[in-house]
Amino acid sequence: MGLSGLAIYKLLPKTNCKECGFPTCLAFAMKLAARQVELSACPYVSEEAKAALDAASAPPIRLITVGTDTRKVEVGNETVLFRHEKTFYHQPGFFFRLGDDEPAEAAQKKLEEIARYRVERVGISLGADGVAIQNKGGDAAVLAERVRQAIALGLPVILMGENPAILEAGLKAAQGKAPLLYAATAQNWETMAALAQKYGASLAVRGDGDINALAQLSEKIAGQGAQDLVLDPGVRGWADSLAILTQLRRLAIKKNVRAVGYPIIVFPGEGAQDADEEALLAAQFVAKYAGFIVLDHFDPASFYPLLTLRQNIYTDPQKPIQVSPGLYEIGKPTPQSPLLVTTNFSLTYFSVASEVEASGIPSWLLIADAEGMSVLTAWAAGKFDAERIAKAVNTMGVLEKVGHKKIVIPGLVSGLSGELEEALPGWQVLVGPREAMNIPAFLKQWSPN
Amino acid sequence: MVETIAIPKETWTGRVREVTLGATAAQGGTRGTTVTVGGETTLPFLHFEGAIPHRPVVAVEILDQEPKEWSPILPQAWGPVVKDVAAWAKKAEELGADLIALSLDSAHPERGNTTAKDARATVRRVLQATTLPLIVYGPGQAEKDNEVLVAVAEEAAGERLALGNCEDKNYRTIVAAALANNHLVIARSPIDVNLAKQLNILISDMRLELDRILMDPTTGALGYGLEYTYSVIERLKLAALTGDTTLQLPMIVTAGYEAWRAKETRTNEGVPAEWGDWERRSRLWETMTATALLEAGANIIVARHPQAIGTIKRVIAKLMDGAR
Repeated sequence: MGLSGLAIYKLLPKTNCKECGFPTCLAFAMKLAARQVELSACPYVSEEAKAALDAASAPPIRLITVGTDTRKVEVGNETVLFRHEKTFYHQPGFFFRLGDDEPAEAAQKKLEEIARYRVERVGISLGADGVAIQNKGGDAAVLAERVRQAIALGLPVILMGENPAILEAGLKAAQGKAPLLYAATAQNWETMAALAQKYGASLAVRGDGDINALAQLSEKIAGQGAQDLVLDPGVRGWADSLAILTQLRRLAIKKNVRAVGYPIIVFPGEGAQDADEEALLAAQFVAKYAGFIVLDHFDPASFYPLLTLRQNIYTDPQKPIQVSPGLYEIGKPTPQSPLLVTTNFSLTYFSVASEVEASGIPSWLLIADAEGMSVLTAWAAGKFDAERIAKAVNTMGVLEKVGHKKIVIPGLVSGLSGELEEALPGWQVLVGPREAMNIPAFLKQWSPN
Repeated sequence: MVETIAIPKETWTGRVREVTLGATAAQGGTRGTTVTVGGETTLPFLHFEGAIPHRPVVAVEILDQEPKEWSPILPQAWGPVVKDVAAWAKKAEELGADLIALSLDSAHPERGNTTAKDARATVRRVLQATTLPLIVYGPGQAEKDNEVLVAVAEEAAGERLALGNCEDKNYRTIVAAALANNHLVIARSPIDVNLAKQLNILISDMRLELDRILMDPTTGALGYGLEYTYSVIERLKLAALTGDTTLQLPMIVTAGYEAWRAKETRTNEGVPAEWGDWERRSRLWETMTATALLEAGANIIVARHPQAIGTIKRVIAKLMDGAR
């Protein structure tokens, strides 16, 4: 949480010069504590105070970047425990693990499959974030070759292994590509930290389930200069992982414990009996606090649900995904085609649009501006009422394109029909189904006369 | 050196009420077992800071007529039992269900319009086919819900069924039937903390004790509003733990119903190859919806696929590992 307003006040000039835009230094300090202004707004702050305040205002969970350019993965900088408190900012990276014991051709095929996989959901392209290449008995040349194969496909890389000499070959191959090196332990941390620094890699620190030991280790490593760290708390199951990831998140965010203020890396395949359980445990990690999720099974049938879950959980609760209000054509509608209205919440739009499309009946879909809320929520909040619908009808080209005066409203807001007929003189308001899935049956009975 | 770090524990002042479904012969019913949910004094599965005396449970949704609109994957997985509600209930119990969620689908005016008398007979048959406690859902149309649920409440008097759904526009008749015949009700509100609270108060104003109410916060499936349900459950659970007595009720979510309505599960025609194998994707759509909502704080998961029972129960067992 950083410093309190009073603690910050003590570091300020206390001249109340007002140049920062606030009446007193204390008022400015309070805004700083709430992170609503930047320290740079004060022209007279001393270098000493700046250093102290910078340290205190550093994000409670360090931002770690793996990979470069357009495919880089940024994780960390989270500020809350529950998404409704604000939002979760940096979604966890999904990395698929590949052993260097796989023959070159098989590895190439897998890497291509992972690199190529993209799927679109609510207009956003989703896919894998990178690969974790694990040294499993291969020699330095083999590991380096696998790393080069991955990098040639543009995939960010996590390098995993125990043998520093072999890992160094991999790091060399990944130089300039910001890899993540896994892992420093209580035994090898000095060598690993030196390697990570030498090759510009971030470094995972593996504990054994004890938070104090982990914090001591990460502090020693950071003290040696390797500050881009990622933590593996060293547990693998469901309940123990949930407990320790929750504790680490609380310590970082609520207690400002710097030594654990790093993203977490997890391996759900190691805590699961089969591929289905791996996917479900990964789901726990999406919801509860992982930064890097390393998966052992690549299958679109499990990865697509996981990508969808990540998109759901990391949607900003204050900013639902919206579509632009307007009159949409589904199929090739004529002036005599049905006209339906709903809200501009993306899911509402996509559910309705896909059902209208499935009906095979070309239609006009009018999307009213309901500030991105679903039908019921918008209705309850007064954002989808007769006035707003009438406004949409009158301003979005309906009168020019639609040759009849019948409008279908969602069944969930059937109560609006009277008011809407008043707001749209001459129009007939029809109540559609409550659920989008019943739209095809409804449309089949629709007639413009 | 880092000073010794104390494990950060929250001090919660509230506790979710324990709610018991079903009644044995000694308690005035005919159930072989009862199922109690709730009672927790901490967030989901954080055994280091509080008690979670009852694990979440899995209810299996069965229909009183052969499902015609379901994804074909479900009847294929269940086999011929979907044609007979009693056999279906029995099969669900054999597969490890904790509760049976019977949906009186055929009473819907557009899906059979069967009568109160039919509903009585159906519930009687299901009670005889299974020893598990029952949830009974009306067809989701207010008038028919009232008609059949009142009849069912009388027919199964004393069984401590959970009757659903009570909503703000239609709860009085169902609550009165529950009161008169020793049942529970499910209070469903549209993904909103305040509306949930208001409905609980309206129902308890009719003198139904709060430990006979389950909250259904309305479920959004994976990809279809899951995040709203996820966050409203977290907020409801936090409100309960910080002492809001009108929200200290266990929560029930209809993960199966919602997940199997999604396009991803319903069909494999014209969908992108990137969605992967239809059957596996669909099973995971349901179990992942369930898993996320368990992590948020759901107490009862209503599921549909036969394999979902074992999968979700295994997730729950692993999350309960370490419970005190």
